Amino acid sequence: MEYRAQSLFLDGELTKHTVPALNIEFYKYIDNAITTIDLQEISKIDSAGIAFIDEILSQLELHPADSLSMNEMVRIAYATFTSAELSPIIAEKKIDIFTQLGSGFITFLKSVKDGTYLIADISYWSFVGIFNKKGQRKGSVIQQALFIGVDALGIIALLSMILGLILALQSAAQLRQFGANIFVADLMAVSMVTEMGPILTEIILAGRSGSSIASEIATMQVTEEIDALKMMAINPIRYIVVPKFHAITICIPLLVTASTLIGIFGGLIIAVTYLDLSATVFINRVFEILTLKDAVIGLGKSYFFAWVIVIIGSYYGFNVKGGAEGVGKVTTQAVVASIFWVIILDALNSLIFYFKI
Amino acid sequence: MKEPIISVKNLVAKYGEETILDNISVDIYPQEITVILGGSGCGKTTFIKNILKLYQPFSGSVKIFGKEVTSIDEQEFDDILSRIGMLFQNGALLNSLSIFDNVAIPLEQHTKLSKNVIEKMIKVKLDLVNLSHAINMVPSELSGGMKKRAALARAIALDPDILICDEPSSGLDPLTSASLDELILKLKDLLNMTIVIVTHELASIHRIADRIIFIDEGRLLFSGTLEDAKKTDIHEVRTFFEVGSF
Ligand SMILES: Nc1ncnc2c1ncn2[C@@H]1O[C@H](COP(=O)(O)OP(=O)(O)OP(=O)(O)O)[C@@H](O)[C@H]1O
Ligand SMILES: [Mg+2]
Repeated sequence: MEYRAQSLFLDGELTKHTVPALNIEFYKYIDNAITTIDLQEISKIDSAGIAFIDEILSQLELHPADSLSMNEMVRIAYATFTSAELSPIIAEKKIDIFTQLGSGFITFLKSVKDGTYLIADISYWSFVGIFNKKGQRKGSVIQQALFIGVDALGIIALLSMILGLILALQSAAQLRQFGANIFVADLMAVSMVTEMGPILTEIILAGRSGSSIASEIATMQVTEEIDALKMMAINPIRYIVVPKFHAITICIPLLVTASTLIGIFGGLIIAVTYLDLSATVFINRVFEILTLKDAVIGLGKSYFFAWVIVIIGSYYGFNVKGGAEGVGKVTTQAVVASIFWVIILDALNSLIFYFKI
Repeated sequence: MKEPIISVKNLVAKYGEETILDNISVDIYPQEITVILGGSGCGKTTFIKNILKLYQPFSGSVKIFGKEVTSIDEQEFDDILSRIGMLFQNGALLNSLSIFDNVAIPLEQHTKLSKNVIEKMIKVKLDLVNLSHAINMVPSELSGGMKKRAALARAIALDPDILICDEPSSGLDPLTSASLDELILKLKDLLNMTIVIVTHELASIHRIADRIIFIDEGRLLFSGTLEDAKKTDIHEVRTFFEVGSF
């Protein structure tokens, strides 16, 4: 690069390899009164070279037509690769806060509406689906039940056991001081049956099944499988969601019962080893203290939360935006929303029963 | 005779136990347009992916720019890859990035060009494939053909020495497809690119091809210039050039 008589002279190769250095060198000459750029001696040029020329021209505020001196090869390349005539990139418009709030509220209303329709659809088809298996994937209830139930049993059992042990151990120290050892049975029975068993199971269910429902439906949505189902006159809710709904309905009481029993068993271990209670005494006390109502509340809300998880997973799955990256996003959202709502609804449920009784 | 820029010898490719490509030997010459032909499922995509080591070839030798790539170290192979642009059959745009950013990736990764220069190059490349208006969109907002063209813009972002296109014109209308052929010829002439294209379009082949590679059920049926291909008496190749289908 050289400056000669109001002209910037370039020779040799002007490619993506040489441009970065030339770009820096150019600033040495920028204050000279350059009126033309001489490219006659360029031997090789690529689109990076042309972009560099355009960049120089715009910095020197020159017009290509009257300031470029080019050989034939450069001229053809310039005609193909110049960006001088292209419109500038328009930046995204900024949205003010009121518009944002407004559109946020409208989105919220819309999601309430969509969610309500979805709940109605799933409830209706799940009920119909009990009697009429048409339009469901063959064998999928069993397959889903295995995934939701059997595959989850191990982790639920392990965590329930640990939870039971911890719960009993923590309270044992206190109870001991008052000689109230036997109350560990009360504590374990009531807390496992009405709270810990259901909640632990539901949270694992949200993590495993909620995410798999959301990601499966979302993937089918972005790969146009849902559209294909609709075109074959198959209701996607019936085909995909209903089997999961049925499977979860079958599995959830079993899982919750298992979790509860194992948790109480954990308490039993602590009672026997640490609180000098005999197993018979503990078990008798458990049966004494538990009422049918506790069991009904525990199982009842388990059903309810499980359905909430299916509905939330489906809602996010069907409402996926964008391509593959959208699938990951809605899966995360579905799990977070499921756990959030399970805990919120559980809190409401506890409040209601606390004040009524 | 020119030195081949890609030289494949006795390439065998497998997925698991199944042999997909059986003993393929072909040469691809610089500054030529080589068209790979063959029925659906015959192994064209597999061939390309094995050459580029996206799948490790089962056996055989692949030389690119004179270097044996099957046994090359990673650093050296990356240098080779940065000189090759690839248009995948399904576009393979990064869905979480805008079209602008998709085209920007190779430029930002492999050059030291300034931001302004890069921006100009992206604009030009998108203009060459007629996608200036979509610069701020994300892939999921584009039609199938638009995705293809955006992916082509990304493949040529770096003015690669070798451009490989897996069915660039599928999903495009004949007019757009013809303008794509023109662009490919331009790239070859202006930038001395070597171009390898998988395509089934007879019109397009007549317009652009210098050399033909014909694969049938994993075996090399024919490899030679377009003129020779038209004259050959290998039945499948003849049929293709007569009726435009396999
Ligand atoms: N990832 C994979 N795993 C196993 N088999 C595969 C895989 N990809 C392709 N195949 C098989 O390899 C064979 C060749 O596939 P390939 O994609 O190379 O075909 P193609 O010639 O590109 O076809 P098309 O013109 O339809 O794109 C096919 O029989 C296919 O079933
Ligand atoms: Mg293919």
